[in-house]
Amino acid sequence: MIFETIRLALEAIFRNAFRSFLTVLGIVIGVAAVIAMVTVGQGSTYQVTADVEKLGGNIVMVLPGQGAMQGGSLGAFDMFRLRDNDQVEQELSFVRVAAPLAQTRRRVVFGNENWNTEIVGTDNRYFDAARWELERGRLFEDGEIKAGRPVCVLGETVSSELFGAANPVGETIRINALSCDVIGLTRSKGASTFGSDQDDFVIMPLKAFQQRIAGNNDVSVMFVALDEEADVEMAKREITALMQQIRKIGPREEDDFEVMDMAQIATILSGITNVLTGLLAAVAAVSLLVGGIGIMNIMLVSVTERTREIGIRLAIGAQSSQVLMQFLVEAIVLSLIGGLIGILLGLGLGLLGAQLLSVPFIPSVATIFLAFFFSAAVGVIFGFFPARRAARLNPIDALRHE
Amino acid sequence: MADRPLIALHSICRTYGQGDAMVRALDDVSLAINAGEFVAIMGPSGSGKSTALNVIGSLDVPTSGSYLFDGVEVADLSKDQRALLRRHYLGFIFQGYNLLARTSALHNVELPLIYKGVAPKERRAAAITALERVGLGKRIHHDPSELSGGQQQRVAIARAMATRPRVILADEPTGNLDTQMSRDIMEVLVELNERDGMTIIMVTHERDMAEYAQRLVWMVDGRVESDTQMQKAA
Repeated sequence: MIFETIRLALEAIFRNAFRSFLTVLGIVIGVAAVIAMVTVGQGSTYQVTADVEKLGGNIVMVLPGQGAMQGGSLGAFDMFRLRDNDQVEQELSFVRVAAPLAQTRRRVVFGNENWNTEIVGTDNRYFDAARWELERGRLFEDGEIKAGRPVCVLGETVSSELFGAANPVGETIRINALSCDVIGLTRSKGASTFGSDQDDFVIMPLKAFQQRIAGNNDVSVMFVALDEEADVEMAKREITALMQQIRKIGPREEDDFEVMDMAQIATILSGITNVLTGLLAAVAAVSLLVGGIGIMNIMLVSVTERTREIGIRLAIGAQSSQVLMQFLVEAIVLSLIGGLIGILLGLGLGLLGAQLLSVPFIPSVATIFLAFFFSAAVGVIFGFFPARRAARLNPIDALRHE
Repeated sequence: MADRPLIALHSICRTYGQGDAMVRALDDVSLAINAGEFVAIMGPSGSGKSTALNVIGSLDVPTSGSYLFDGVEVADLSKDQRALLRRHYLGFIFQGYNLLARTSALHNVELPLIYKGVAPKERRAAAITALERVGLGKRIHHDPSELSGGQQQRVAIARAMATRPRVILADEPTGNLDTQMSRDIMEVLVELNERDGMTIIMVTHERDMAEYAQRLVWMVDGRVESDTQMQKAA
């Protein structure tokens, strides 16, 4: 009998194919949107964390100010100096290497090509600490670093934007008015999350950056690589103590700098992507709700015809419970079909989105289940309850329903 | 059993609304119909003839009075039991046909057999036989929208007779049809009555159609005004 009921329901669905299609359309779109958003969002979160952790567990960053990573206080604090960085490297035995970084965005030009990119001032220690390897050319020479010579090492993206497939080493690019000789090209680390590209930079000697581009002696980040066996928490405490001493901060004063390890940075960044994922999912959930309201509309519009159908079925000998079971199965089958199509569509869109953003494809099982049960619930609520009202009528009243 | 009427209404009242607005659609109606009769119920509109048919068909419930179907008090039956009564003993024909839209003639006729629990093969055969008897053997796969009014009503007759009910209740079966189509429909009903022994109770407002019956019940203002046996016209 249940088999017969399901067959009747499927017949009824296909008998009204167009109405059925309109009914499930809202569910399909809503479910697909939620799943696609959550899938891409989760992939992004995972990728951010993975990117940061790829740098290594034994990396510590020292940043001026408090809460700079979260977009907190900006401006009203002192930058570092090169000697601060060198003092951290020399005085703390567990520091393998510390690299001073100063950075800004500038347009770089070669011939007719130009590209807006991150200009980084540092020295050879950064290549070591951040594990950059050279594809071509060489690193900086000591003389170039000391004199602040305008030479640079390009990231893969900048090279291909300006030079295409050609070898950039030996050419001269311009950064504003500054002419800069290309001496090296780093090996690509590939794209990362947020569409941000890890290979999109130009590295030059710190002194050249400070004098020719920034016009000051600031170091904005110390990029510190610890010994493999160093205890990260202990290292952070000792770096903090040393920085307090360098910046003359008393025991009761608040630090005007921050020492963060990669786990913290990953947490902050994935926090941002989680919020974004949540926002996107909320928007998608609204569309799912709208889809549900669409179903309700269609069901209410067809209630006259359906009420009469119920009347006919009652008149020819169906019991209320049989009619209800048929309508219930019909509503559930219909919305589950919609839910299934929506899930497949959502996973497809999620896969596409993940590939476009170069993040891993991580479907959320919980979201899929949620979407599935939501669509079933929508079917029951909007398909079943109007039918139940009709099935409780006297058959003759259902037949006469206008 | 032979002497007991198949349908026995005793002091049936059916009212709608309350207080001053109360309408007495049936006012103390008593009526006995024996198995095998062909009864026509006539009367002006609002006389309660359709309500009487609906009460007999257990589509509607009387406010008071007693209705025995083959000796069973219908008022004592539950909603589901009344559904079983309709399923096994009654067949309906309506003025507006009341076929399921976008559903083939065959499937419409099969429907009551599905509820009766007839196996698919026998059900199909019974439905085809019924459609052939009303002259629609070549149109079993047509949807109602592809059929004329007369053809739709014949599908409805096939649906009503497919379960071989004891009683067929017809409410203005020819109300929407022209004279020739109406005559065709009446021929089928007469045949069901005479050859198959089904009891037919038909509401109509057309004298011509009522003359196909053997007995005429005339209703006015919710009451039975006259009840006469008729000579066979043809």
